[in-house]
Amino acid sequence: MTMRIGVITFPGTLDDIDAARAVRHAGAEPVALWHGDHDLRGVAAVVVPGGFSYGDYLRAGAIASLAPIMTEVIDEARRGLPVLGICNGFQILCEAGLLPGALVRNAGLHFVCRDQRLRIDSTETAWTSDYTRGQEIVVPLKSGEGRYVAGAATLAELEAEGRVVFRYVGENPNDALSDIAGIASADGRVVGLMPHPEHAIDPLTGPSTDGLGVFTSVLTAVAAA
Amino acid sequence: MFVGHVGILTDRAARVRRPPPYADVVARVVVDVMPKPEILDPQGQAVSRALTRIGVAGVAEVRQGKHFELEVDDSIDDDTLHRIAGDLLANPVIEDWTVTRL
Repeated sequence: MTMRIGVITFPGTLDDIDAARAVRHAGAEPVALWHGDHDLRGVAAVVVPGGFSYGDYLRAGAIASLAPIMTEVIDEARRGLPVLGICNGFQILCEAGLLPGALVRNAGLHFVCRDQRLRIDSTETAWTSDYTRGQEIVVPLKSGEGRYVAGAATLAELEAEGRVVFRYVGENPNDALSDIAGIASADGRVVGLMPHPEHAIDPLTGPSTDGLGVFTSVLTAVAAA
Repeated sequence: MFVGHVGILTDRAARVRRPPPYADVVARVVVDVMPKPEILDPQGQAVSRALTRIGVAGVAEVRQGKHFELEVDDSIDDDTLHRIAGDLLANPVIEDWTVTRL
């Protein structure tokens, strides 16, 4: 049976279409989820896509983290539902308390839009098991508030537990602490990253197909569960 | 007659400004949210640099935050105000806040 993976749309979400396309390319069935519903429609995993939910009012991701559907996302994530937050989705998961730390304005104040080299530092997550540890990939990065910050104790814990999943290689584009581009929850089921793997799944539309592995990995993770 | 007419207009204007849920406003509260001292504030730095362009020297540092004005009724106690500030208006990972009743 084809696996069903939900993609949430909030007011101001931009990348839900590309996220759904990436899910389809990986061999799963994308299921549209609406921010105002209290219904995950029985999906096996959830993608919280990028964009500017609620116009980034208050703080990026702050309002969306309180949307009705997030009640179910948070409950199910705590029971092991794989959840992926990309860019604004990462900001939403941090604001929702599913991932530690926060994303703040890029150190140079510039919105950075470029193809970014990343290193996969953990394959022990639901979303990176199809990669090899230390593998370098190139996927687009496009964000103005992508600088990952967290307290010293949180950073030390992330490093000690191998929960830094993606790290910027080469010049750090936003001065994120410890070159962190993406992290995982303690159980490895929830992952958030600022760069956009869903834009790098087809050579016709992206710089590489390096991002597809994120979406194929979760199929393995769900099948194994 | 004339006075009554003005009175009606005033009542209506008052209703427009303060619809029923806010009719019992008893306090104005200010919540100021600032980036924690250890968090880099590139916006404040940019403002600081721009000050030299309007001919002002001697400002050592600028930090930029947010200022919220709330009108609350008497059901909102100080604990609730701090919950409003800490759970929504500020992100405690990166920001500090102060609550001031005016």
